[in-house]
Amino acid sequence: MSQPSMWEALRWVVRRDLLLAMRHRSDVAMSVFFVVIVASLFPLGVGPEPTVLRMIGPGVLWVTALLACLLSLGRLFTADYLDGVLEQMLLIPQPLVVLVVGKVFAHWVISGLPVVLLSPLLGLQFGLGGGSLGVLTLSLLLGTPTLSMIGAIGAALTLGLRGSGFLVALLVLPLFVPVLIFGAGAVTSSLAGIGSEANLSLLGACFLLSLAFAPWATAVALRIALE
Amino acid sequence: MSFTGINWFKYSSPQAFHPLAGRMIPWFSAAALVLIGVGLYIGFFVAPTDFQQGDAYRIIFVHVPAAWMSMFLYVIMAAWAGLGLGLNARPSFMMAQAIAPTGAMFTFLALLTGSMWGKPTWGAWWVWDARLTSELILLFQYIGIILLRASIDDLRRADRASAVFALVGVVNVPIIYFSVRWWNTLHQGASVSMTASPKMAATMVTAMLVMTLGFWMYSIAVTLARMRCVIVERERQPAWGKNASIQEVAEAR
Repeated sequence: MSQPSMWEALRWVVRRDLLLAMRHRSDVAMSVFFVVIVASLFPLGVGPEPTVLRMIGPGVLWVTALLACLLSLGRLFTADYLDGVLEQMLLIPQPLVVLVVGKVFAHWVISGLPVVLLSPLLGLQFGLGGGSLGVLTLSLLLGTPTLSMIGAIGAALTLGLRGSGFLVALLVLPLFVPVLIFGAGAVTSSLAGIGSEANLSLLGACFLLSLAFAPWATAVALRIALE
Repeated sequence: MSFTGINWFKYSSPQAFHPLAGRMIPWFSAAALVLIGVGLYIGFFVAPTDFQQGDAYRIIFVHVPAAWMSMFLYVIMAAWAGLGLGLNARPSFMMAQAIAPTGAMFTFLALLTGSMWGKPTWGAWWVWDARLTSELILLFQYIGIILLRASIDDLRRADRASAVFALVGVVNVPIIYFSVRWWNTLHQGASVSMTASPKMAATMVTAMLVMTLGFWMYSIAVTLARMRCVIVERERQPAWGKNASIQEVAEAR
């Protein structure tokens, strides 16, 4: 019997995780509603002044996207770890990195992509205009996969530990900061009319850098957690 | 290794390293005391008063060396962690564990002295400037490493997991170092560099370098002392230190 190739393994992991997510649709809906509700709390707390809202809007939306990613990190490996599937997955003949990339991609589709698609609507709540709405969506599209990849390292390191929810936040949030700064910075600079190319390029650089290193670090962390 | 006739790996055994560390600590402590004393003396009494900032600037003799050490110690810690992962050597992980609190202390000291300097000079205790923010993130990383290690009971996993996190966090060090050059920020650029001649009086540079050396010696002394504690904590056995029989050791484990 011939071994399935790396691409087949990747496709299989993505398909499996997405299928599992489809079977638990409420989980997916929860992270989406979390973003909507948190983003709606800010105008209530800060006050409905349009200029203030437009000023804090990019930052608030980015922080909410970041928190949504953080909260959903628990789902990335925990269920598979608890029922022992993850241990079997480590035995596959394909490189573990492939599996990690697949799982992270599926995680992004489940928790990141809905936020990206929803962001123009949320941006309207904060009075962002046409051009900056586009930049907001584009920056989230570039940034949320990076968040998922960095978050996967933290999720793998804290797998099965007591208080892992808080610990993963402590580990991962500092590493999220550059993405947050460039992402919110892109929208703010487009609002100020000075062009957002520089910040978007830096976001792209963050994405490529994490794509090059994060899956390996996650794979190593998974092996450490399960040895 | 064998061709030189020296056993380079002798001190990679915790049992052999423990007495060696004990012998080295007094020397490094004495060097740290002398260097920090001399550095502070030059900084406070010999170096001229700055014509713009008055005497408030003198805190840089603590601030700049502390900031340098915070980054330097992180790199050293990550190097030990990487060495531990690569060679699967327990003492390397112990070194990484012993360095982390000192690094966190220097990071905190750099932030504290920075804000004490910022109040009279910038008029604010804290500004969200690129270098300050990235140094704050470095502090969070140190704390994260210490907490991650503390929350894993299995020593082997604790060592390796915190090593991976330390290596991931190395990305931040060049960001801090180059932040003043990459972004136009409030924090001033580097006044001392390896390539160009310094932009400040020679006595100031001397004081800063002497202080850095002193902090360096202090870090080594404290790390070694903590390393001894770590070794004793991890290797506690009834017959440790004496020549225990294999059976005794096996029973203790």
